[in-house]
Amino acid sequence: MTGSTPILEMKDISKTFPGVKALTNVTLTVYPGEIHALMGENGAGKSTLMKILSGAYQADPGGEIRIMGQHITIDGPLAARQHGISIIYQELSLAPNLTVAENMLLGREHKSGPMVDRRSMEKACQDVLGRLGVHFRATTKVSELSMAERQLVEIARALIANSRILVMDEPTTSLSSRETEAMFALVRQLKAEGLAIIYISHRMAEIYELADRVSVLRDGSYVGTLAGDEISAERLVQMMVGRDLSSFYKKEHDAHQSRGPVMFAVRNMGDGVRVHDCSFDLHEGEVLGIAGLVGAGRTELARLIYGADPRTSGEVFLQGKHLLIHRPEDAINSGVVYLTEDRKHLGLFLDLTVRENVNVSVLGRDARVGGVLNLRSAKKRAAAAIKALAIRVAGDGVLVGSLSGGNQQKVLLSRLLETKPKVLILDEPTRGVDIGAKSEIYRLIDELAKRSVGIIVISSELPEVVGICDRVLVMREGRIEGEVGGAGHPPVTQENIISIATGVREAAE
Amino acid sequence: MTSPNDTSASIQATGAAGVDAASQSKQRRLAWRSTLQAIGMLPVLIILGVVFELMSGRFMSFQNLSIVMQQASINTVLAAGMTFVILTGGIDLSVGSILAAAAMVAILGSLIPEWGMLGIPAALLAGLGFGLLNGALIAFAKLPPFIVTLGSLTAVRGVARLLGGDTTQFNPQLPFAFIGNGTLFGLPWLVWIAFAVVIISWFILRRTVLGVHIYAVGGNPDAARLTGIKVWAVLLFVYAFSGLTAGLGGVMSAARLFAANGLQLGQSYELDAIAAVILGGTSFVGGIGSIWGTLIGALIIAILSNGLILVGVSDIWQFIIKGLVIIGAVALDRYRLKGSART
Repeated sequence: MTGSTPILEMKDISKTFPGVKALTNVTLTVYPGEIHALMGENGAGKSTLMKILSGAYQADPGGEIRIMGQHITIDGPLAARQHGISIIYQELSLAPNLTVAENMLLGREHKSGPMVDRRSMEKACQDVLGRLGVHFRATTKVSELSMAERQLVEIARALIANSRILVMDEPTTSLSSRETEAMFALVRQLKAEGLAIIYISHRMAEIYELADRVSVLRDGSYVGTLAGDEISAERLVQMMVGRDLSSFYKKEHDAHQSRGPVMFAVRNMGDGVRVHDCSFDLHEGEVLGIAGLVGAGRTELARLIYGADPRTSGEVFLQGKHLLIHRPEDAINSGVVYLTEDRKHLGLFLDLTVRENVNVSVLGRDARVGGVLNLRSAKKRAAAAIKALAIRVAGDGVLVGSLSGGNQQKVLLSRLLETKPKVLILDEPTRGVDIGAKSEIYRLIDELAKRSVGIIVISSELPEVVGICDRVLVMREGRIEGEVGGAGHPPVTQENIISIATGVREAAE
Repeated sequence: MTSPNDTSASIQATGAAGVDAASQSKQRRLAWRSTLQAIGMLPVLIILGVVFELMSGRFMSFQNLSIVMQQASINTVLAAGMTFVILTGGIDLSVGSILAAAAMVAILGSLIPEWGMLGIPAALLAGLGFGLLNGALIAFAKLPPFIVTLGSLTAVRGVARLLGGDTTQFNPQLPFAFIGNGTLFGLPWLVWIAFAVVIISWFILRRTVLGVHIYAVGGNPDAARLTGIKVWAVLLFVYAFSGLTAGLGGVMSAARLFAANGLQLGQSYELDAIAAVILGGTSFVGGIGSIWGTLIGALIIAILSNGLILVGVSDIWQFIIKGLVIIGAVALDRYRLKGSART
């Protein structure tokens, strides 16, 4: 591989924003037919580097970009596309109201005379879709597709544009395990076809499975590249954070030795469509995991408990008291709070400041007579939250939209904690969060459990579930199919969870 | 909350220096950007004033500026209510019609012997009532604001005509005529009222829980609901408030004219109010904007009308120039913010 010409060389790339240097002399070399992983904490400069590659940003003068040995300039998205560079962003950029074919050829529509030639478009797209081995048609509307299928449309769009370099930014974030497997197979197929793939991911397991080489960035600088057998979690973590990360999953609270009484109970919860007859207990100071494939109904169950969606059956008890929860504010007032999995769309107010975001749930409680804001207490709460959760921000007047993913998540968590919850439902608490912030969030969960808060963690990352939960409920097709970790149940291991989640165990019995 | 032990301390130390410098400069940039947003159209306002002064030589007199403010006052009051609505991502097309109906109620109320002052609360209540009706349809029936208020634009106009028997109602002995024609400390009452409405709006938006909730609902309605904010109450409030300001506008119009006409009064006032809000930099999708911007926007519109008359531009050209200035000013604003908003 090293013998061939690199398809992409980025050398001495620097990028200065007013007052801050985002990248310093970064180097990246990618060969055709290679899956090249790019790793680094949030804010390390991965996105900036990829935005330079895609033409969204211009690099500072002094660096150079070569494609197949040829020096090129990328002065805009169009230039990047002409050089065969395609980027699939985390937030997909498809128009849901258009068909697959229209999306794939957006801006490059086939024409016959002045008219759009739909038939030729659909045929060309169907060919590419066939090559990818997908089941939907080019004439399907994107709004009818699942997240995984939409990602395939993005890939197909890159292929139909004859891309040679494909950048994938956390492509599996919203995929179930099965869909992830299919995605991996596809990525390998593209590699075999000679495409170069730059793969950005926070998930160690994916890097092991896919990457030929891994380059690591830290604080805007290039740290190094590992290839083949050199790739190991310890080395990578060390490179990313600049030290080794012992005791990543922290679990000091012991829910088995000193498990408190049942504090929170859910009975026969269901919405008649995606959640059926779910019942469980949560003990004081317990971290209870809810695992399952994407689409198993975990988020839906949490939203039913929280009163965010209407339920057809089900009751909730807190400390023996029957709770009447019709709306989220009922849940919050009784001490049950929910951290959404989609912090940008369902959680944060990106145009408001850190202070307002931290305080928004308790403004009414703190307010003076007549609903007048209590600015002093708001400032105090924000300052305390910034300190307690180590939120990296210059001040509480900064807009939340300008923070990194990890810091945004901490702001959202502080908002929940300000309400002094008794039961905390965390839906994918570390999604899109860098490794440092992750370990801080785990430490926070552990700390809260020690203070006898009941915690429910919904997570698609099995190492996380196994690492921090005392007991795990496994959901499948809207039902709680099984439990691991409790008395009389198998121990909490990834294998046990997967076998219940996929139905293997049931079939074997 | 957590007791940061060694590991977390070193996590923070790793990136602390770089991150702090970065976020500080980011904050400075954001502060600069919000200053720009706050100043907004003020330069345009000043330039227009200077230009009209140079062209007419009469613009900058105290008397003329007092007239400009008086002309801006009713639109400012309507635009204040409109700011609340647009901050939630909505729109209120019915304010002109509500103003007409409220003015009619004010005149009819003023005709009650001995109790003529009742016209004022009656008009305010009428405005509030129509606003609540709009709000209820939007908050509870979950109909789109554009459709609801487009409907009430027409329906309330009909009510205004009905109230006055489709004729112009007069009251030469209007008990609250001082509102429309009197002065207080040398400034017209209308100007004081408009300024009071702006101050109250600022206070609600910036100093109360409700204000934060209005911005939150406009910025991200889904998150607002999950955060436990009563979105329906916020929506009900903003449309009720807009109705109330339209009612106040009705009182102001009636007091100025000693009369109300259901057919003509307040025609297309909603468009001037929306133009003031948008000129003031409030985002049409909600969540971003300020009442000061709206005030400046309303003044720009009034200065344009006044200045063009002073300079002697014909009525037809006034329309064309006003429209072009609104588009041009907003385009300029977008362009400038885009340049500074690199994040």
